[in-house]
Amino acid sequence: MNAVIDIRDLYTRFGNNVVHDNVSLTVQPGEIFALVGGSGSGKSTLLRAIIMLLRPVSGSIRVFDREVIGLSDEQALPLRRRWGVMFERGALFSSLTVTENVSMVLREHTKLSARLIDEVAALKIALTGLPADAGSKYPSELSGGMRKRAALARAIALDPELLFLDEPTAGLDPLSASGIDELVRSLRDALGLTIMMVTHDLDLLWRSADRVAVLGEGHILGVGTMTELSNSDHPIIREYFYGPRGRAAREQAWKRK
Amino acid sequence: MTDEQIAQLVIESESVSATAAVEVRCAGAWTVQGIARLERRLEVLSWPGEGDLAIDGSAISALDTAGAWLLHRTMRALEQRGRNVRMNGLRPEFSALLQLVASRPVTPESTAPARAGLLTNIGQQTWRGLIGMSGMLSFIGESTLILLRSLVQPRRIRWRPILHNMQTAGFEALPIVGLLSFLMGFVIAYQGADQLQRFGANIFIVDLVGLSMLRELSPLLTAIIVAGRSGSAFAAQIGTMKVTEEIDALRTIGVGPTEMLVLPKMLALIIALPLLTVWADVAGVLGGMLMARSQLDVSFDVFIDRLGDAVSLSSFLTGIGKAPVFAAIIALVGCYQGFQVSGSADSVGRQTTVSVVQSIFLVILADALFSVVFNWLKI
Repeated sequence: MNAVIDIRDLYTRFGNNVVHDNVSLTVQPGEIFALVGGSGSGKSTLLRAIIMLLRPVSGSIRVFDREVIGLSDEQALPLRRRWGVMFERGALFSSLTVTENVSMVLREHTKLSARLIDEVAALKIALTGLPADAGSKYPSELSGGMRKRAALARAIALDPELLFLDEPTAGLDPLSASGIDELVRSLRDALGLTIMMVTHDLDLLWRSADRVAVLGEGHILGVGTMTELSNSDHPIIREYFYGPRGRAAREQAWKRK
Repeated sequence: MTDEQIAQLVIESESVSATAAVEVRCAGAWTVQGIARLERRLEVLSWPGEGDLAIDGSAISALDTAGAWLLHRTMRALEQRGRNVRMNGLRPEFSALLQLVASRPVTPESTAPARAGLLTNIGQQTWRGLIGMSGMLSFIGESTLILLRSLVQPRRIRWRPILHNMQTAGFEALPIVGLLSFLMGFVIAYQGADQLQRFGANIFIVDLVGLSMLRELSPLLTAIIVAGRSGSAFAAQIGTMKVTEEIDALRTIGVGPTEMLVLPKMLALIIALPLLTVWADVAGVLGGMLMARSQLDVSFDVFIDRLGDAVSLSSFLTGIGKAPVFAAIIALVGCYQGFQVSGSADSVGRQTTVSVVQSIFLVILADALFSVVFNWLKI
């Protein structure tokens, strides 16, 4: 099977600040792939380049075997229907209720009846673990964790094959965060998704990620499973995984095994 | 779409006897893109027989949550009519998905609440209006108090934002205010020229243009332009800050939002608007002068000579004197409406609109009141 995402020699620059220099990586179907790295290492920028919100200077990004760099909006539409994106701060439409946020995507891209759309929207909201009464609320009335779940419900509205998550657990309490861990795994298992996420959350990495790429200094410093990476010699990777928090998360993960 | 890409449901044996199981075969892609036609068919489909149903799902090539939900809903509806439904041959990953969908309680929200009656609507609107008015009054009071406190302690005044606001709301408005005022003077002279020429009173074009521009039109025109340009910007800026909780952040740092945001804007406009009005006076008279020369043969030096007699100092000052009041109205309404924003992007748009409409309305109302008062005072 071909890789879902295939990035070759990506070069991105803002002014004189080089963000990505020769970045290459692939994401295989059905895997949970995580991008990590310090603040400002270009994780979110890479994500934005893949979902066509930002145009890199040079290089190639292929998603579902289609080159995405330089696609017009019209050409990109079939691709965009096949992936869902959950933004870091939710990016829910503030003038719509949660249900309307989810059903709007369905209304826009399918020919289903209004009743079925409402039911499917309610189902997605339930799948993300939100209580049923959350559907009629506006995003400003929700807590941070509920907003994340609602954003996830909108991201999976069209049953995408590929899901992008930007910091899915940032700003959540440990309980909600571990709920998101399980949610990510169960969604992958139930719906057969490929998931690419950007995260800082070491617990989430140990529990959910199949493969992890570490970004730093504009390059990919290492790719592999968490166990492989934690045996790496690279100083930045070691610092990342063997800081006090990294060690605690690792011990947790060992205990669970 | 080919047959492979759409969901299908075929009733295989239309048995007449009530006891035999009805066989149903599902095929194709039961996905969110593929089930639209099937859904419409299922709405009107009449299920044959009375007995059990056996659904054969082995030919389903793709299933997603929307498709699984449709399948689950159909099966549940049949079960509620007292018929046993069996599912056979579904791929293991698909039956896991079907189970996942079945395990979530789904209660689509009920429709919107009943619409309120006419009386209730009138009552609610009135109440909202009263609340808005009292809110506006207390906002004016609060701003005045803070203004007075700043005047007592001038060190507290933040000059940097004041200068910045004067730049954006005042200096950057010079071209548009000048152009529109010039055109206004031009048009007044043009309209008046015909009438004055008929009576041979060409020279009175100076009185017409000078008085109407300096006393009435240029303060009003300038205020309306600034309300549209800057009043809306104030409302949108404060509204967006409210949405992103920046206002709350200011409060927690111990900086009053009124002192930080409202006062500099108000002071800047109170300084800038009279200056802009003078600029508009100049541009308007210039427009009138050009028209007077080309239509009425009133040369520039005759025009300027006459202007000194036609327009008294008090007329000029009444025009300029209105500007600070208009400025206070525009800044207060813009900022107040900004603070009224709640939560959503929609709300920012709504309050911005309200701020412009209200401030233009209040400016014109204040202008009318000024006319009455000046009339009494015989200025």
